[in-house]
Amino acid sequence: MSTTPIMQGHLDEDALDQQLKALIADVLGLDPAQAAAFDLESGLFGHLPELDSMAVAGLLTEMEDRLGIVIDDDDVDGEMLETYGGLRAFAQAKLAPL
Amino acid sequence: MIFTWNTPALDGGSPAEELLLGFDRGRTARVLILPAWFDEANKLRRFTVELMRRLDAAGIDCFLPDFPGCNESLAPLNKQTLEAWRTCAAAAAETLGATHVLAIRAGALLAPAGLPGWHYAPQSGPKLLRGMLRAQVIAARESGNSETSEGLLARGRDEGLMLGGWQLGAAMIRALENAEPAPAPGQTAIVQTQLGGPGLWLRAEPDEDAGQADALAAIIASTVQ
Repeated sequence: MSTTPIMQGHLDEDALDQQLKALIADVLGLDPAQAAAFDLESGLFGHLPELDSMAVAGLLTEMEDRLGIVIDDDDVDGEMLETYGGLRAFAQAKLAPL
Repeated sequence: MIFTWNTPALDGGSPAEELLLGFDRGRTARVLILPAWFDEANKLRRFTVELMRRLDAAGIDCFLPDFPGCNESLAPLNKQTLEAWRTCAAAAAETLGATHVLAIRAGALLAPAGLPGWHYAPQSGPKLLRGMLRAQVIAARESGNSETSEGLLARGRDEGLMLGGWQLGAAMIRALENAEPAPAPGQTAIVQTQLGGPGLWLRAEPDEDAGQADALAAIIASTVQ
């Protein structure tokens, strides 16, 4: 289905960006153009009415599946969910080769 | 069209009557549909019925039974077990004279091995639990309670658990921890990309997608006929 945006040990930031935006559009039923227009400051939790706690759970589960990462309870905080930039930084950190 | 069907007697009890949505015109192909579970059942209900209308139009009978504890059932959900639901699925297949089974999401955990058919976007027990536990943890934090998935699960194994409004018994939770969908011979998995759009169970609100219902009906009709 989808692949992790890591190519030969390097994180492809553009690929991650596209994949994350497509994922948010899929989960929240947004117009893909609306998600594609997100910038780092775009508000998520508390800003998008579609994103309630059930949807957050779905979003995180789908991130695990599509990006091949594991998200622990302790990872989930307000900062990571508040803006698109926060979520992307979180995904980047999870994907970054150690 | 609404009918009823009788579940088998479980745990020494008596058979119970449950509702059933069906298109039954005595045709050769008869598809038993095992719906998605819990919150996903609500989100996919309209899609599932839209699919059934298309199968009916394509000359295929199809049946969507309520399982005990689900939908209109009067049975308590927290008394249900994976094994009992499997027994019910096999009984429904026999009672309805099903020739095929279409299992949706976690419904794949119940698919009778004796029928050919499809697992649409099958969901494993551990993933189902993980998503529900996570939603519960997030909801608890929003109301100022600190819970962890591990803590909830440990409690659920012993005494059952309310997850996202669904009261699951301890036996169901323990069984789901190890339940993986396994397509039997003649059963194939249909992945979401074959339907040309994102899965509707992902949505925060129930939704529908005529294109996806068309695509799934076409896959089924092309195999059956």
